[in-house]
Amino acid sequence: MKNKKPINMPPNKSQYENCKIKQFDRALKLDSTEELKSLQIAYNTYGTLNKDKSNAVMVCHALTGDQYLIGHNPITNNGGWWELMVGSGKAVDTDKFFVICPNVLGGCAGTTGPSSLNPETARPYGLDFPVITISDMVRAQVMLLDYLGIDRLLTVMGGSMGGMQALCWAAEYPDRVAGCIPIASTWRHSAQNIAFHEVGRQAIMADLAWNKGNYYEKEQRPSAGLAVARMAAHITYMSEKTLTERFGRNLQDREKLGFGFDADFQIESYLRHQGISFVERYDANSYLYITRATDYYDLSAGHGSLSEAFEGTKTRFCVLSFDTDWLYTTQESRTLMRALNASKAHVSFADLSMDKGHDSFLLDCPEMFDMVSGFLSATMKSLDRGGNL
Amino acid sequence: MNNSDRAADIRIDFILISQMIKEGSTVLDVGCGDGDLLEFLSSQKNIDARGIEITASGVKNSISKGLSVIQGNAEKDIKFYPDNSFDYVLLSQTLQAVNRPDLLLKELLRVGKKAIVSFPNFGYWRVRFNLMLKGTMPMNKTLSHPWYSSPNIHFCTIRDFVGLCDELDMKIINHMAINAGGIKMKFDHLGIANFFATQGLYLITKD
Repeated sequence: MKNKKPINMPPNKSQYENCKIKQFDRALKLDSTEELKSLQIAYNTYGTLNKDKSNAVMVCHALTGDQYLIGHNPITNNGGWWELMVGSGKAVDTDKFFVICPNVLGGCAGTTGPSSLNPETARPYGLDFPVITISDMVRAQVMLLDYLGIDRLLTVMGGSMGGMQALCWAAEYPDRVAGCIPIASTWRHSAQNIAFHEVGRQAIMADLAWNKGNYYEKEQRPSAGLAVARMAAHITYMSEKTLTERFGRNLQDREKLGFGFDADFQIESYLRHQGISFVERYDANSYLYITRATDYYDLSAGHGSLSEAFEGTKTRFCVLSFDTDWLYTTQESRTLMRALNASKAHVSFADLSMDKGHDSFLLDCPEMFDMVSGFLSATMKSLDRGGNL
Repeated sequence: MNNSDRAADIRIDFILISQMIKEGSTVLDVGCGDGDLLEFLSSQKNIDARGIEITASGVKNSISKGLSVIQGNAEKDIKFYPDNSFDYVLLSQTLQAVNRPDLLLKELLRVGKKAIVSFPNFGYWRVRFNLMLKGTMPMNKTLSHPWYSSPNIHFCTIRDFVGLCDELDMKIINHMAINAGGIKMKFDHLGIANFFATQGLYLITKD
């Protein structure tokens, strides 16, 4: 049986290495009013949960991230994606904190998503997978937190889409989060944000191999479409300054223009490499579903205003942005900060000066580490005093 | 001016402000710098502390200490706080550096039930003599920049400040004056304080 499985079928749960898997038998109700009958969450934990379970920090990953925060990542064969931030002696110190990092709902690193087997058909969901939202991702994380027996997170944090989940936690489960750190993130997807995602989705869906989402049992996957989607998105993660300094108009492995459509320029070669290496580790349908979730994201929806989403909150916030981030701009973080002030929340906000644009949150930024560390200690202290929450 | 002078100056400022504040109150420090005053008040008066600071280094140092501080412009960002959200709003040595001190004062007392404002006194006798005898803009401990690069664009005297409070229908609850030695001086007579004080410190509220 196993030998007959087509090459593109999702792996068995035992095949996800170096992480924990929790299978829930309870249904997950979704914003779309549909239900997921069964849910599996792949996650990692680092550090030790203390006696009164007050030192848990949840790190939510970005669009194409995974649960491999630190240590060996078997998908990329590299180290974890946030080793600069999390670890022994780091800002999110695993000697002090119990760090939880789940793969998001809709993802493709072990948590239930469009590439998972639909229990009703015993085949991959494909487009039968229901459309999900950021709130749905958080709802799944709440189930994981319940399973771990933790009432309240010391802090929930994340960069980019991870920050959206963190904010969603704070807005929808205010009693369960003492602190919230959205980094390089936003409170809603703007028209420009949606536009870039739509380009990516159209690229995937224009690839014939996509086959309306039914490619798992075929020989070919929509790799070309997914690679183009990644290339377009990757541009938005970098600042113009980075592109100019790193690539400029430099030619790739040639002395003069080729008068053809090979990758003449280094930037083309770089983007192609980004696209190709991405398709090896990521599922095209997951990309559709997760970008859709971020497009639907608007914290002010259903409230009179953004500040009403946080009315009466006792959660402490630390909003961080980067001055060269043109994907989720400083202005969006400032609007969020002002709304939080209007709701009388405890809020810190800093706009960090970094050259590298949106992706700066993943890079070496000592100011960011100092502030995260100070914020976590202060949040811990305020809990010890019984203050604030 | 060296750092120890500044430290001595700030210390007395902190202590006097602390004396004006009730235990356990909510406090917003507008222009909080590195958060030293907020930290001092937290330890002395167990306040619920927030701050606004414009410089990246001040914000970074404040947040790293665990303070809730936002990076922003006092005059722009104060507008987003609801009415009466703080027991006290502090403005320490910043009034003279803003675009519209009158509008900011109004905002301080919209957001805060009370405001504590300290400022360098341009009526100090040395300042007056300096201008009169040397004919140049004064520089001293509290006015440490040359005129062309000074962030201080709206100087006032203690008497000017009292006049503005009157014009804006604000009530002065308490006033203090600090002399050149960094010592709190008697404040029996406005004219004398305005002549001998280097700094004024006022606790004000809505009339």
